[in-house]
Amino acid sequence: MNFILKRIKPLLTVTIMASFLAGVVVWGGFNWGLEATNDENFCISCHEMKDNVFQEYKETVHYSNRTGVRATCPDCHVPKAWGPKMIRKIQASREVYHKILGTIDTPEKFEAERLHIATREWKRLKASDSLECRNCHDYESMDFVEQGQRAVAQHSVNIEQGKTCIDCHMGIAHQLPKGWEEGAKEAGLDRH
Amino acid sequence: MKTLFITLLMAFSSMLFAEESIDSLRGSHDLESMSQDATVKKMAKDGDPIERNYVQQPPLIPHSIKGYRVNLNANKCMSCHSWKNYKAAGATKISQTHFEDRDGNALAEVSSRRYFCQQCHVPQANAKPLVGNNFKPLSAISDK
Ligand code: HEC
Ligand code: HEC
Ligand code: HEC
Ligand code: HEC
Ligand code: HEC
Repeated sequence: MNFILKRIKPLLTVTIMASFLAGVVVWGGFNWGLEATNDENFCISCHEMKDNVFQEYKETVHYSNRTGVRATCPDCHVPKAWGPKMIRKIQASREVYHKILGTIDTPEKFEAERLHIATREWKRLKASDSLECRNCHDYESMDFVEQGQRAVAQHSVNIEQGKTCIDCHMGIAHQLPKGWEEGAKEAGLDRH
Repeated sequence: MKTLFITLLMAFSSMLFAEESIDSLRGSHDLESMSQDATVKKMAKDGDPIERNYVQQPPLIPHSIKGYRVNLNANKCMSCHSWKNYKAAGATKISQTHFEDRDGNALAEVSSRRYFCQQCHVPQANAKPLVGNNFKPLSAISDK
């Protein structure tokens, strides 16, 4: 017994250390992969995104503004918390699949699918109470004296009625797709 | 022959004009030199509706329209001014006259000649008028 233990002890140590190292490599690699795919440059590395949504986003306040703080694609499209982030990343494999299929590889195909994709984002944001927006924006920190008249009027209503950012701010980073009213209605948004 | 003549005439006249300075509403400067930098005018902040000067005047836009798109796919203005949304948005309901074709027939959608709102409705900046204007509104709609 003792003899066997003596024989396998070094083996066991090696195995444990190897698995530990492998774990570090796999986990590190996994996280590295997550990070690498959570970067604006990755998002626009495919022409589907670069030629369409990115061009429009470049003209909006979240790309260029007075204070120089930028919101990038994953800031709005990928949840920050670990669980929801994993779910979103797994869903993203569907996007890779469609990339390979070439579902939206021309501007025309993209336009045709656009309402569908946008509606999915609206639903997601509506369900999460616009969590991604609220990662950066917070009612508590808004100076209503500084805001425009329309913003103040709407935001105070919103606090009372429990509306969420995306209810009113659809199209904040991209142009609205054709037929957006139907999509917004389907997603249960306030404005449609 | 005729083409040559015209070309020569154009070249000659452009030489003549190059010497002169251009007098425009924005001041005078040599054609060769750069004109003075125009400072970018800041759009006015959101405010109350601006008084109209005559009955058929398209009302001025009393708010910022930065980033608002009106194109083939969507009309951002309508997300607040449409009959469906004006109440929730606290905005003025789009005028009924915008739903008529030029023969006065009623339409279900905004008439295509009224689709591009900024053709007639314009936002305001604090800019000095380039030419004087002594227009007086009708006493019926204004006490100015
Ligand atoms: C990474 C942080 C970040 C995220 C995420 C984010 N924003 Fe912003 N947002 C900003 C910054 C920064 C500005 C510009 C501030 C300035 O004017 O300097 C801004 C400006 C705005 C404005 C003002 C627009 C204007 O024309 O002045 C609105 C409205 C807005 N955001 C809505 C949203 C909505 C809706 C979402 C979610 C879909 C969102 N934001 C997500 C950072 C963010
Ligand atoms: C009930 C509708 C409504 C909701 C809900 C709403 N907003 Fe707004 N918001 C507006 C309107 C209207 C404006 C002013 C017009 C515009 O910018 O389009 C505005 C303006 C803003 C501005 C620019 C303020 C300024 O005057 O410079 C920011 C930033 C903003 N909203 C962020 C948010 C965020 C973040 C949320 C969610 C927490 C939110 N809004 C929810 C209607 C709404
Ligand atoms: C400020 C938040 C924000 C940022 C930054 C942002 N998006 Fe979006 N995106 C949205 C919202 C909200 C929608 C839902 C449709 C809408 O309201 O325009 C959307 C929709 C989309 C769609 C669906 C099609 C469409 O046009 O509606 C795609 C694709 C997309 N985004 C890709 C990107 C990419 C790529 C980037 C980076 C270049 C990016 N987004 C940056 C908020 C954002
Ligand atoms: C976010 C909502 C919103 C959007 C988008 C919007 N408006 Fe408005 N608009 C308002 C509100 C609110 C008022 C002010 C109503 C008041 O204070 O009585 C207003 C007022 C106006 C008025 C003045 C009406 C009058 O009787 O004097 C005009 C004209 C106007 N808007 C045109 C436009 C145009 C053109 C666009 C698109 C480029 C646009 N608006 C986009 C909300 C909006
Ligand atoms: C061809 C010029 C023209 C275009 C384009 C146009 N308007 Fe008007 N608009 C007018 C005129 C003129 C009036 C005032 C007289 C009237 O009601 O017809 C007016 C009035 C209005 C009013 C005030 C209604 C009221 O009850 O006092 C609103 C709001 C308005 N327009 C919104 C819009 C919107 C939104 C669009 C784009 C979808 C638009 N307009 C496009 C000329 C135009």
